[in-house]
Amino acid sequence: MKIQRFGPVAALALVGSLALSACGSDDNSADIAAAGGGSTDGSSVECADGTLSAEGSSAQKNAIEEAIASFQTVCEGATVNYNPTGSGAGIKQFIAGQVDFAGSDSALKKEEKDGKVETEEAQKHCGSPAWNLPMVTGPIAVSYNLPGVTRLILTPEVIANIFNGKVKTWNDPSIAQLNAGAKLPSTPIKVFFRSDESGTTENFTKYLAAAAPKAWTAEPGKSWTGKGEGKEKSSGVASAVKATEGGITYAEWSYAKDNKLGIAEVDNGAGPVQLNGESVGNAVAIAKHDGEGNDLRLKLDYATKEAGAYPIILVTYEIVCSKSEDPKKVALTKAFLKHFSSQKTQSSLEEIGYAPLPDKVRTQVDAAINALS
Amino acid sequence: MSTITGVTAADETPTPSPGSPLGGDAAGTGRLGDRLFGGAARGAGLLVIALVTLIGVFLLWQAVPALARNEANFLTSREWVVAGDHPRFGIVELLWTTVASSLIAMAIAVPVGVCVALFITQYAPRWLSRPAASLVDLLAAVPSIVYGLWGVLTFRAAVLPVEQFLQDKLGWFPLFARTGISGGTIFFIGIVLAIMVLPIVTALSREVFAQTPVTHKEGALALGATRWEMIRTAVLPFGRPGVISASMLALGRALGETIAVTFIVSTLARGSDWSFSLFNGGETFASRIANNAAEFDSPQKTGAFIAAGLVLFILTFIVNAVARVVIERRKAFTE
Repeated sequence: MKIQRFGPVAALALVGSLALSACGSDDNSADIAAAGGGSTDGSSVECADGTLSAEGSSAQKNAIEEAIASFQTVCEGATVNYNPTGSGAGIKQFIAGQVDFAGSDSALKKEEKDGKVETEEAQKHCGSPAWNLPMVTGPIAVSYNLPGVTRLILTPEVIANIFNGKVKTWNDPSIAQLNAGAKLPSTPIKVFFRSDESGTTENFTKYLAAAAPKAWTAEPGKSWTGKGEGKEKSSGVASAVKATEGGITYAEWSYAKDNKLGIAEVDNGAGPVQLNGESVGNAVAIAKHDGEGNDLRLKLDYATKEAGAYPIILVTYEIVCSKSEDPKKVALTKAFLKHFSSQKTQSSLEEIGYAPLPDKVRTQVDAAINALS
Repeated sequence: MSTITGVTAADETPTPSPGSPLGGDAAGTGRLGDRLFGGAARGAGLLVIALVTLIGVFLLWQAVPALARNEANFLTSREWVVAGDHPRFGIVELLWTTVASSLIAMAIAVPVGVCVALFITQYAPRWLSRPAASLVDLLAAVPSIVYGLWGVLTFRAAVLPVEQFLQDKLGWFPLFARTGISGGTIFFIGIVLAIMVLPIVTALSREVFAQTPVTHKEGALALGATRWEMIRTAVLPFGRPGVISASMLALGRALGETIAVTFIVSTLARGSDWSFSLFNGGETFASRIANNAAEFDSPQKTGAFIAAGLVLFILTFIVNAVARVVIERRKAFTE
């Protein structure tokens, strides 16, 4: 290959392609802003400039990344960074003043742990009470891999016994009793759990302890106390179930959907409830408020017998200082959180495996955001 | 190694050069170059020693308070409760999993690596040896997280039947006993680790075997040895210190490998029975620290995990020290 012969041609091709690529318009933001202006609400975002940093729960990672992407397209001077290091690490960094707000699967604890109380530490850091704003509802799907079984109904007691290792095969009488029409094979049940400390584990065990207290006697917590094999992170458990026939695990809805795993219908006493955005919204709407004023921590009723409410849910809170000395940061935080809680953003989260906040809770969250100063 | 000292060009030249006759010619850089280079080399050596010492001191300083509060025997306990007022933690499970998986990796990687190195240096034709060497070195370039993903998604399906077969046929032997684990076992991660450390063993062994004195090899062949006998008598004994050194480096990598192990091996549920089976799950020192790194929210918790890291540090140190002793004793042969 002679350089002299091919050189000019190659150079011309390179220069030509670079020049032609410059012809494409980079001005996509104008289209999106215009489309956003056409919708009824959520587009009146008061933009602010600056950079926000946040850290915390990995369960809300996909949701907050979607919200950040849409926020940054609308508000060009703003940058928001979210680091999904885990709820515990997020709260720690928030109390240490390293991040502007934290994402956590459980609200700041009021009980003492290792000599410290999280709510007091946060108040010391903020100089004012820290508020827990529920923002993202992630349902936890009991996902399984059983070829040929498309519909599986389980009660809390059976779920607890499966994850406890007491029910060992799929054609066990307790499961067959609930699923009269299904052909359950005699494959052994392989349980997978989260080997890392996880908010998903905490919420799932809270559900089991509340809904099936006789079958699940262990204390709920971030570390798994049942039986099975541990895999790292939701992606690890979901891919393990996908690869193992007879596997079952608890994972966020988006992971179950992405890996095309079967999702069990949960019968809490009022009939089997399928997992979808509406049933999760119903469960959040009936949750009680545990905090004062604008601190919107929710007490989820896992043992609810409400019809059409899917009980195994995880609510991720954004933990913010109610008062701050930096007005620019406050403006940017308010703008971002308002965008996050807006109806448009919340409904867009459904296709990635989260349920939108029900209207009742959303209005309370909006009021609290407006009260930030 | 002998050098001829005291003779410089100045002694041979007919005309006397300026300066004293024994002063030497002007070719040298003088004492300044000597001092600079010597100083730099000494500084680098001291820096490395200081770094290792500082890391050791850091590990000790963080670990000792947590160890002091530990209520269980650190070396023999299976419990791992690190938070709260009554911490009880012990590393015997971690030690077993780490050592077992690394030994399996060594048992596979060292023979295969040495054979590949012998092939590249002794058997392969010239046009094949260089590309083959580069290909094996490419294995080292693959990030360990890619090994983890590949292991979970692809390789697992190939190894699972082998594990089932061994469990069926040899299940009576405690090392191959049946367990219910299907996600990732010590045996499987041992194989993946072997693939990861293979390039280290091969690259270093290759270098050592290529330096076998040609006279030794020719002599063996002249005395009527076959190719294999020549290798066995001339090449392998010469290369033994190098191979041991390569194996120790590979073992160091296998002991400390974190991400691939975290992805692949299934953790055991708390309260599982102890099993010597290689088909059990578990955690190594590195993977337990990695699994819990996000939740180090108190000095006591951090200290307990760092104590586990300290044990790994000491284990690697002992292994390397033993290897050094073995190499030193064999070094006389290489002169």
